[in-house]
Amino acid sequence: MADVIYGINGPVVTVKDTTEFSMMEMVYVGRERLIGEVIGITSDYTTIQCYEETTGLKPGDPVEGTHTQMNLMLGPGILDNIFDGIERPLAEIEKEAGAFINRGSTVSSLDTEKEWDVTVTAKVGDTLNGGEVYATLPETQIITHKLMVPPLISGEVTEVKPDGKYTLNDVIVKLKDKFGTVHELTLCQRWPIRTPRPVAQRLTPTVPLITGQRVIDTLFPVSKGGTAAIPGGFGTGKTMTQHQLAKWCDADIIVYVGCGERGNEMSQVLQEFSELIDPKSGRPMTDRTTLIANTSNMPVAAREASIYTGITLAEYYRDMGYDVAIMADSTSRWAEALREISGRLEEMPAEEGFPAYLPSRLSEFYERAGRADVLSGTQGSVTIIGAVSPQGSDFSEPVTQNTKRFTRCFWALDKSLAYARHYPAINWNDSYSEYFTELDAWYNENYGREFVEYRSGISALLQEENRLMEIVKLIGSDVLPDDQKLIIEIAKIVRVGFLQQNAFHKDDTYVPLEKQKLMMKTILHLYERSKSVVAENIPISRIRDTGLFEKITKIKYDIPNDRLEMFDDYISDIDEKINGILS
Amino acid sequence: MIIEYVGVKEINGSLVVMDGVKGVSYEEIVDIRLDNGTVRQGRVVQIEGERVVIQVFEGTRDISLDNTSTRLTGHPMEMPLSPEIVGRILDGAGRPIDGLGDIYPVTKRNINGTAINPVSRIYPRNYINTGISSIDTLSTLIRGQKLPIFSGSGMKHNELAVQIVRQAQIQGADEHNFGIVFAAMGVKNDVADYFRKSFEEAGVMQRVVMFLNLSNDPIIERTLTPRCALTTAEYLAFELNMHILVIMTDMTSYAEALREFSSSKGEIPGRKGYPGYLYSDLASMYERAGMIKGSEGSVTQIPILTMPNDDITHPVPDLTGYITEGQIVLDRGLQAQGIYPPVNVLPSLSRLMKDGIGEGFTRADHSDLANQLFASYAKVIDARSLASVIGEEELSDTDKKYIEFGRMFEGSFVNQGFEENRSIDQSLDLGWKLLSTLPRSELDRIDDELLDKYYQGD
Repeated sequence: MADVIYGINGPVVTVKDTTEFSMMEMVYVGRERLIGEVIGITSDYTTIQCYEETTGLKPGDPVEGTHTQMNLMLGPGILDNIFDGIERPLAEIEKEAGAFINRGSTVSSLDTEKEWDVTVTAKVGDTLNGGEVYATLPETQIITHKLMVPPLISGEVTEVKPDGKYTLNDVIVKLKDKFGTVHELTLCQRWPIRTPRPVAQRLTPTVPLITGQRVIDTLFPVSKGGTAAIPGGFGTGKTMTQHQLAKWCDADIIVYVGCGERGNEMSQVLQEFSELIDPKSGRPMTDRTTLIANTSNMPVAAREASIYTGITLAEYYRDMGYDVAIMADSTSRWAEALREISGRLEEMPAEEGFPAYLPSRLSEFYERAGRADVLSGTQGSVTIIGAVSPQGSDFSEPVTQNTKRFTRCFWALDKSLAYARHYPAINWNDSYSEYFTELDAWYNENYGREFVEYRSGISALLQEENRLMEIVKLIGSDVLPDDQKLIIEIAKIVRVGFLQQNAFHKDDTYVPLEKQKLMMKTILHLYERSKSVVAENIPISRIRDTGLFEKITKIKYDIPNDRLEMFDDYISDIDEKINGILS
Repeated sequence: MIIEYVGVKEINGSLVVMDGVKGVSYEEIVDIRLDNGTVRQGRVVQIEGERVVIQVFEGTRDISLDNTSTRLTGHPMEMPLSPEIVGRILDGAGRPIDGLGDIYPVTKRNINGTAINPVSRIYPRNYINTGISSIDTLSTLIRGQKLPIFSGSGMKHNELAVQIVRQAQIQGADEHNFGIVFAAMGVKNDVADYFRKSFEEAGVMQRVVMFLNLSNDPIIERTLTPRCALTTAEYLAFELNMHILVIMTDMTSYAEALREFSSSKGEIPGRKGYPGYLYSDLASMYERAGMIKGSEGSVTQIPILTMPNDDITHPVPDLTGYITEGQIVLDRGLQAQGIYPPVNVLPSLSRLMKDGIGEGFTRADHSDLANQLFASYAKVIDARSLASVIGEEELSDTDKKYIEFGRMFEGSFVNQGFEENRSIDQSLDLGWKLLSTLPRSELDRIDDELLDKYYQGD
């Protein structure tokens, strides 16, 4: 007897008296064949979460199993594309259904008709193990797509096609495994979204992800293969920060997951990324980007899946040996989707109505980041940068707290900084990075020992200012002695001239590390020289009158990124003016 | 053959449970006929085999276990639509209550709508001039945006909404393709009257569709009101190519209705008793704002919500803020000082503003000026808290200037008349005038070039 729907409650559908299904199996629900996934089995009921709207489903409608887990099609055509939470191509759906998304769409995830220029590298007689490359093709102008043997298969090559143009489902290599089974390898493979793709060996992440954002690169760096969380209430600039990172960070591939966010934001990403030119390659950003858009009004179960879809795509490109960065905006929406479905299943809630398995799901997700020797014989990495939207801007809520446990970088966005339009509104007192020790060697090697010294100088200033501000809040700044006033003045330069960064300014939106270093050097030089003035009991107003403070604050705009030699003039100008006061 | 089911099995709040129902589909609409001849509508909200839970829109009063007969209609909740709907007044479930007769539908639409494909959206960047300085300059409203007003009981959010409607000038829109959809959820009769009168006085009534669910109307109907309104708005915008401004008030009442429904259904509550799906539910409405390819029209939303106890971290404003593209926050302290509109500019924000202002839209100096006003006003707050400890006399000269700047900013920039319509140039120039009272060295957010051009201080 065919299996049929018994009960419906929101996205949760139940089937009675069946032994047909297995956990996490992908199923088709109803006459429109909506995609669903089995999430619970008892002897009486099988529970399915449905990835599409369930309006109009009836008891008695058919439910059909697929005998595979929820999986993705992996192959060329992922880049420069936009998918929904379960890898359906939104542009194709638009062609099929118009501006509003229809249900039960059967469009193939990747284009099956496009011809790719394939170079076959495998030869008859070769032994290929799981993850090894058998062919390559240019996916976009800057990214070479490597076709890899699915991780769980290995064997001897029995047949290869010559180089040439092939479409997605053409068989180009045949592989005979040790049991004599012949596997036909095409341009694509499938992989279940909830299972991490295997690697040969995990490595310690020792190279920073350079983002061109000063507060991140200098004070709170994240490594390639690291994890970072960006928590912040609404309006503090989480999305803006994610956009900046996606645009400028030096990863090879960007996977941008819009999980339960705004539709207009996704259209902005689409538009901006296609207009923006990557400075390294001179090609549009979309050439290295794939977008997953499950906006807040799209079905909630697909929102839950979108995070896994994103990370699986990221791992696939990592396996080719690329450094991949995945931006998940926002993981709170994903946690809420978990909560919503858990509530429909009438599970016992833990904190704030979230299910008790929230921490384990979060850790499973963040643990999929990392730098590794991959099976194709090179190295690759996945960096996860997850935005968190704490309810009521309260960082003590479960999602923020649990995320904090499983990530090693914490960029806390601050409401009062955002109100003063200090962007990126990353609070330097609450944020931290645990990657310093691993990364210092890299900074020393590439930018000299001074970089780390300057960084310590800058953070010491900020901490000292934080302490002084406690006093200033009570009694005003006029009563402070001059040496402390100087700290406040210099810290202001650090805040306004260094930490604050203008994403809309052509030079300031991305600042190379060398310039970051020179900016710190100049500010600290000004501090050291001014200290000598204050030590002579000369009032600080004398320095203020020289206009040096304003001049140094505006360095970020006044010195273009390609004219770093101008810093020498600034240093000598400081010396000249300070010497003038001292003499 | 149409089957009628006699009687119900359980009644709980606005929900009835029926047994032995065959062939029912999820979210289907049913007609429930009572013995006394009245007919009520309900919606299927849960199915378990032949046991069906139905939500009755008009409430379950008078329903007993055996005095009903129920008929399935075979379709989900639909809204009848035609171009004639403009100018009409309807109840919370979309039925005419202005005595002008039924609407003859040209088409019918499922009120739940479907999600707009992100690929098909046009990124909104056309600004709407509201003539209000604090909004135009600091949190600019963009066509296709959803920008809520966060207010509190007793504050002048209704006046502000009316002023926006009256003064809003949309580029390229005229009488024929500009319309307003107004949805009142659980508001007092007086408030509904105020809006009606104001629309009449402004001469826009023939361009308004009003949906009224007053505070004594059935709760469940309230959960339909915004959906009926937005379905109408989408039809007018995307099929008749009109520019539609949707005003929804009060979203807090809507959320409370949803909470009542959820708890009577026995669902596990999330924060403050609101259902766990409140975010998805609110999003399914707010996300219906926007512009799509292939249509000239647009849907712009101004939802109004009252923050219980003026608490911006309450779940309703909190979740709203995460979905909408910014917010305009009203402040009781400012209102007490007689400042109208009492917009607290620091927490107010328009996310789409950055791409809709500047050269070609408003003026080249707009962005820098706005940033500087925000930054300077934030310093005013710091100076004030210091002054409250050590007294204004003891402040440094710069801080004193900030205090003075703050006074003028609130008194002449934020404050403006209910009838006063300021052009964008007027607002920007006023901003420069205020900034010029501060020393030039304090203006660290503005390019020197612009300072040379606009700064008037010494």
